[in-house]
Amino acid sequence: MKYEVVMGLETHAELNTVSKLFCGCSTKFGSEPNTQACPICLGLPGVLPVMNERAFEHSLKAAIALNCEIGRFASFDRKNYYYPDLPKNYQISQSYFNIGNNGYVDIVVKGKKKRIDIHNVHLEEEAGKLIHPEKSDDDYSLVDFNRAGVPLLEIVTEPDMRSIEEVESYMQILRNILLYIGVSDCKMQEGSLRFEASISLCEKGAKVYGNRVEIKNLNSMKAVLKVLAYEISRQGDLLDKGKEVLMETRLWDEVNAVSRRMRTKEEAHDYRYFPEPDLVPVWIDQKWIDETKKTIPELPVNKRQRFVKEYLISDYDAGVLTEDIFLADYFEACVKLARNSSKELSNWIINDVLRELNERKINIQEFTVTPKMLVELIKEKSTVGNAIAKEVFIEMVNTGKNAQSIINEKNLAQLSDVDELNTITANVIEKNPKAVEDYKRGKKNALAFLIGQTMKMTKGKANPKILTEILKEKITTGPK
Amino acid sequence: MLLHELTASKVRERITKREVTAQEVVEELLEWINLKEPLIKTYLCLDEDGALSKAKEIDEKLSNGNKVGLLAGVPIAIKDNMCTAGVKTTCASKILENFIPPYDAFVVKRIKDEDAIIIGKTNLDEFAMGSSTENSAFQITRNPWDIDCIPGGSSGGSAAAVSADMAFMALGSDTGGSVRQPASFCGDVGLKPTYGRVSRYGLIAFASSLDQIGPITKDVLDTALLLQVISGHDNFDSTCAALDVPNYISDIDRLDDVLKIGVPREFFGEGLNTEIKSALMDALKIYEANGAKLVDLSLPHCEYAVATYYIIATAEASSNLARYDGVRYGHRSRLSSDSNIVDMYSQTRAEGFGNEVKRRILLGNYALSTGYYEAYYLKASKVRNLIKNDFEDAFKKVDCIICPTCPTPAFKIGERVTEPLEMYLSDIYTIPANLAGIPGISIPCGFTSAGLPIGMQILGKYFDERKLLKMAKLFENETDFHLKRPKLNQQV
Ligand SMILES: [Zn+2]
Repeated sequence: MKYEVVMGLETHAELNTVSKLFCGCSTKFGSEPNTQACPICLGLPGVLPVMNERAFEHSLKAAIALNCEIGRFASFDRKNYYYPDLPKNYQISQSYFNIGNNGYVDIVVKGKKKRIDIHNVHLEEEAGKLIHPEKSDDDYSLVDFNRAGVPLLEIVTEPDMRSIEEVESYMQILRNILLYIGVSDCKMQEGSLRFEASISLCEKGAKVYGNRVEIKNLNSMKAVLKVLAYEISRQGDLLDKGKEVLMETRLWDEVNAVSRRMRTKEEAHDYRYFPEPDLVPVWIDQKWIDETKKTIPELPVNKRQRFVKEYLISDYDAGVLTEDIFLADYFEACVKLARNSSKELSNWIINDVLRELNERKINIQEFTVTPKMLVELIKEKSTVGNAIAKEVFIEMVNTGKNAQSIINEKNLAQLSDVDELNTITANVIEKNPKAVEDYKRGKKNALAFLIGQTMKMTKGKANPKILTEILKEKITTGPK
Repeated sequence: MLLHELTASKVRERITKREVTAQEVVEELLEWINLKEPLIKTYLCLDEDGALSKAKEIDEKLSNGNKVGLLAGVPIAIKDNMCTAGVKTTCASKILENFIPPYDAFVVKRIKDEDAIIIGKTNLDEFAMGSSTENSAFQITRNPWDIDCIPGGSSGGSAAAVSADMAFMALGSDTGGSVRQPASFCGDVGLKPTYGRVSRYGLIAFASSLDQIGPITKDVLDTALLLQVISGHDNFDSTCAALDVPNYISDIDRLDDVLKIGVPREFFGEGLNTEIKSALMDALKIYEANGAKLVDLSLPHCEYAVATYYIIATAEASSNLARYDGVRYGHRSRLSSDSNIVDMYSQTRAEGFGNEVKRRILLGNYALSTGYYEAYYLKASKVRNLIKNDFEDAFKKVDCIICPTCPTPAFKIGERVTEPLEMYLSDIYTIPANLAGIPGISIPCGFTSAGLPIGMQILGKYFDERKLLKMAKLFENETDFHLKRPKLNQQV
């Protein structure tokens, strides 16, 4: 490609608090329209906002996890613009004293680490939702204020990303971090993770980048990747033809897979930010920061690296295991119990556990098989064999019973008792003198025949390893 | 003395002693209101049924021997910018002409809890923007002392109601003097508490960092009583202080120390009416005679207070009033079929707001615009801090400051309507207290030769309302200005 590209991303993550940012209304998703609204979040005359402490703590935690500088205080500002889904016609947000500034996220692309700078992390309120009538000649629209006032965390990067792969990695890692620290559910289908992208191009080696284009309303990571690819080619074509790329805001049209102009630079809003007089600044002392730090777990990139080093598993496997902090915890709990066999546990979790979770559409916290149960099963495997172990595993998932009881109930245990096997093999040897002679003369497959006969007598449950040893020993030492 | 002429404390005493029923009080008051209202036009809405049924409820409580509240049976008028559940709250604006709030303002809940009777909602300048109550979209309130004069504003309805004995006490709101200035023009006592002393929850915002609700009453004791009821922390207002409320009533007649009173030069200079100046000088002599020491002071940055105020107040107002868009409540313009949402906003607001409100919204938006924010809003915020520092420095030397409430007495209806700047200057002595957040009280201290009341303002340290009340009470005990009533009050 003859152009270089720079991209930046604004991420809006809904915080998973029980109540809204400035009132006591529930944040539950999917309720009947306007059943979760009160005078405060409807912006009735005379109401005042009161900060949800939990939302602020969540934001602070995110800012610290994203390596931000935390100021002595954070304050709130009004962002003024008119829109029917915005009850007060201003949004309480932050502009002058954000919760976090100048942070970073380390991403990994093609095995190479890169640092993406975070410009700021701030807290703001969500707007409501417009519902347009299905018939186009209906001259009204409805507003649902259930989401109005839900706390939103906004994470703004510097224009640091140079490729679509970097953007993808950034989004995935950011999402994982937010999930790890437990501040957002990041459910794309519920709109709790949304993006706005900015992109500008220049000739390779040029010092100044071209005009910046912003794209709003990106409701999934896929949409971000698609629109950026689209814009790279659209802007590249314009530059090829010697045309100028306009500084503007565009919208992504998911259905037609094109971006469209929303407004030009001239039409851009003047948000007239000013300090929100209804809220007092929140002072943040070192003690609060230190205490919050203690609640931040090891973050995904670090955990992945440690898993590779400590448990000698592949980087890919470590990546899968650390995608979900609870899955990573599950794995580590198993390893701790088993004291060994981390590679085998990793295989079991990635192949069997994840398959069952996906099929059942549940998460690891809801999984019936505890780490202890899985480790016990793997111990049993040496006695029941791999095929039966897999069978037992499915039964464990279905019934919640442990391996031992399933093996007992179904009588799946291998016959490993040496005395018993001695008696049975003696019997087999006595009944098959020809095969014994053949083996003694060097016919190796005669042994397989004898093993088969023993298996037949034990209905396949004889432990093949012990059985083979006993047979060999008996034949070579001969009858006494 | 007729019932409606009593102070709130006295009428409460007579009700609780069962010398008179609350119902009798309300009935007598309503009769008086209905007689005088056509002339004075203080009320935008009277809640006769609500008041009578509440009165009966209180009488019942008393006859059952139950405990009653601090304001038992006292009919109170509320400025129509405080929300009253189920009762229209209009802000004297067409845009909220039919707005019925689903909730009570914090102060309304407090007075109801203390068994007060809300008699009605009083007139004001639209959204409390004005100094004469002439900016009401509905009616012009007259000054009971001279019906050709304005009652002051923006709490003109509340001040006139108290002065004309059409309410025993009233609540007003003070953003730049809107309690103290009309109290002074109408011969009432009016207090603006420290910012954060009284919750603003349910007060329809004009300028959030300046607005504060305060009492307007017939004497100082009633102001203390009403302040006692409405003060204190509210979990629904983050800017409301989580401080204990002292007892404002006990010891109100006792001043222990020799007080140092600051007399700021800047408040006695050019532009001050000579009759007001001499009334103030006489008042200061009374304090001196009672052992106070007068200290000459300078508050150098107060010169910029009016300019600073009109930037900060309009900036906040432009944002506070953005919600009146016709989408969810209030007036919505009738639209032609080809109009869009922007047409709806602009037509609704063009029809719903009066000229002064529009003027301030424009000024505020301008002051916040990109490229002007630093020059206007930010600079004004810095000057505001300098004014605050002026007062903090002054209060290191003195216990309180005494100055006139207004540079002139009540002016004629229509006199300043076309001169907004002149109108703005009538708040020149009251605005600094709002910018600094300190408390201030206005009490009657004389009359002009034309018989119009003169107000004296006492400013105090943060949360030192107790001292202000004691100072005011001392003056009241030595004088009888507060006992004089407008002539009109005798005419039946
Ligand atoms: Zn709500």
